[in-house]
Amino acid sequence: MSELVAHQFDDLEQQIEADTLGMWTFLATEVLFFGGMICGYCVYRLLYFTAWHQGSLIVDNFRWLGVSSGAWNTAVLLTSSLSVALGVRAAKMGDNRFLAMMLVVTLVLGVAFLAIKAAEYTHEYHEGVVPGYSLFHPDQEISSDLHRAAAESHTAETTLRREFQLFWVFYFFITGVHALHMVIGVGLFTYLLIETRRGRFTPQKHAPIEIMGLYWHFVDLVWIFLLPLLYLVR
Amino acid sequence: MASIPYIPEYSGVETYLNTKHTVLSWLLTEDHKRIAILYMISITVLFAIGGTAAVIMRLQLLTPHSNLVEAETYNKLFTLHGIVMVFFFLVPSIPTTLGNFLVPLMIGARDLAFPRINLFSWYLYIAGASLAITCLILGGVDTGWTFYTPYSSSFSNTHVVLAITGVFIAGFSSIFTGLNFIVTIHKMRCPGMTWFRLPLFIWAMYATSIIFVLATPVLAITLALVGLERILGVGIFDPNLGGDPILFQHLFWFYSHPAVYIMILPGLGVISELVTCYSRKAPFGYAFIAMASLAIAILGFLVWAHHMFIAGISIYGGLVFSVLSFLVAIPSAIKVFNWTATLYKGSIQLDTPMLYALGFIGLFTVGGLTGLFLATLGIDMHVHDTYFVIAHFHYIMVGGAVMAYMGGLHFWWPKMTGKLYPEMWGRIAAVILFIGFNLTFFPQFLLGYLGMPRRYYAYAPEFQVYNVMSTAGASILAIGYLLPLGYLLWSLRWGKTAGPNPFHAAGLEWTTASPPPPDNFDETPIAGEPYNYHEMDFSDV
Repeated sequence: MSELVAHQFDDLEQQIEADTLGMWTFLATEVLFFGGMICGYCVYRLLYFTAWHQGSLIVDNFRWLGVSSGAWNTAVLLTSSLSVALGVRAAKMGDNRFLAMMLVVTLVLGVAFLAIKAAEYTHEYHEGVVPGYSLFHPDQEISSDLHRAAAESHTAETTLRREFQLFWVFYFFITGVHALHMVIGVGLFTYLLIETRRGRFTPQKHAPIEIMGLYWHFVDLVWIFLLPLLYLVR
Repeated sequence: MASIPYIPEYSGVETYLNTKHTVLSWLLTEDHKRIAILYMISITVLFAIGGTAAVIMRLQLLTPHSNLVEAETYNKLFTLHGIVMVFFFLVPSIPTTLGNFLVPLMIGARDLAFPRINLFSWYLYIAGASLAITCLILGGVDTGWTFYTPYSSSFSNTHVVLAITGVFIAGFSSIFTGLNFIVTIHKMRCPGMTWFRLPLFIWAMYATSIIFVLATPVLAITLALVGLERILGVGIFDPNLGGDPILFQHLFWFYSHPAVYIMILPGLGVISELVTCYSRKAPFGYAFIAMASLAIAILGFLVWAHHMFIAGISIYGGLVFSVLSFLVAIPSAIKVFNWTATLYKGSIQLDTPMLYALGFIGLFTVGGLTGLFLATLGIDMHVHDTYFVIAHFHYIMVGGAVMAYMGGLHFWWPKMTGKLYPEMWGRIAAVILFIGFNLTFFPQFLLGYLGMPRRYYAYAPEFQVYNVMSTAGASILAIGYLLPLGYLLWSLRWGKTAGPNPFHAAGLEWTTASPPPPDNFDETPIAGEPYNYHEMDFSDV
């Protein structure tokens, strides 16, 4: 028992409670971290409605089997949250085979999310909407849409294009930071999978699984906010 | 208290200091006490750098049109001073040194909840500070510590991205410290240590940690956006490119105003401990002092736009933020009144830490009251961006936070090192600091009220008298800082052995040896009522 408990803790229970509270506190930090970005996004959405409307239309453009990539990603991520939750339950019951299986499912879904995101980014790169000095060259179709939107809303086209670019700054920044969290999560779950295969987790000691579960659900939850903000709002 | 078992220095007792000797044993330590020492050395170096910049600035301002430094250099100096003092000294000062050392000791724990994260946070601090120093060597930054856009993102030709990266990394160091403290205080209290038996210093650390965790990420994201704007040339905050500079100010101050309370709340906690110990009395209104810390932390999140009264926010926004800013005065005043009431009929002993504490109460009151001037919309229009603001926040930051740090450092120095500092020198330095501080910064209130703007390398000749006073004060202040550096280091070798409780203070940290053993307590202590000075015997004092 004693080797399970770090020297600063009295017993395993205290250690698990501390580890869990540590993750919750970290997630509180994360809420504000994403909160800052989402706040900026909302402010500009109000300020530059026309341009950002155009942006939202294009984000939702990328489809597979007629369903938008945002919807696919949501399905993938929500399912992965289920597999994590089932994994935590398996860890509590000491069913390490099932736990390992669920971790594999989670990893596959996590990688699938990143793959969809990467395909989306590539598509957007070819459309020329990636912001930056030399990168930002919206293709013919988008440019004509912007031209029409500028005429309809009586704004100068250069202004509208600038505001349109700002939409993509926020889009790539927010989804990029979210994807970074996914990458970290996939890395940590891979580590946990190896540990599971080594038989490190018992019904008494499986706090890392539970804590990583919290993290993963949080990353999932962030996406639940990003989906309507980036894909559903027009 | 009559017979304190007194542990001589080389009695073969294992302490956290002598348990291992190699440099590596320090650099890879997970002991909160050793990490506190690492932090203490680091922030002292950074304080010296920031202080040197201040000295050069004060010398430049000795005469109205001095040629000591060029205008551009002056801009870089005040930026350096601000960045280093705010992000690398004041924010980490008390939490990472005294806090790191004392939080587990005061609540009867063997260490913080996450010792490895604690060490990691020191390395993050060092990485951030190294970037800031690299930035200085490469030629500095001239944006001011506030990195206001669009100057910082589109115009400044200095190493803004490097400086921002340094601050960004140091921010995560703060977050991890805060996280560690919150979990430790929640989960690691020894038997008997209920929430309302926690020392007031712990309450202050808890309130500070909440701000660390909730405010710092917003700064991180804001600075990341500034860096993005600079690198990609897209308009996030630059109005020429379609951005909104006011949004930057909102996001920046959403962190940076609560950060003011990160800097002062730990100081308030230290003073609560010092005043009670040297009055030999339980604090008057313990619960009020504790809750006032939380109230300051919470209200601190709701007042950020009082930095932006003339930046173009709506008049209604201004009114709301003005009223909310006034509210901060209530918990602050509660603390001052409660300390004063604690002094009343106490057996006051004017030792070095108490001199700092009394100095603090006076200076904090001046700083706080002038804060009310600035929270008043009409007056703020007049004195915004003048030396009045400089004087106001230096009364809080230097007169408050640094004085408290110095007082706390003296008070717990025997606990940390096992050695007593020379009391007479301590008192002399405390008085010198108080005099030097007031001479430096009081004239700046007058300068600001008369209209001298901040952040200029030259000024109108009629302001010279006050500037000469201020520079003279700064030189006295410098002596006041050098003295403790000298005699505290001296005491490490030649100081008298302190014993576990040289000041007859209450609190669990005084029940263990000085310096404490690696695991803090030989056996887990059981906490009783805090501040039980009325039960203690002082007949031999």
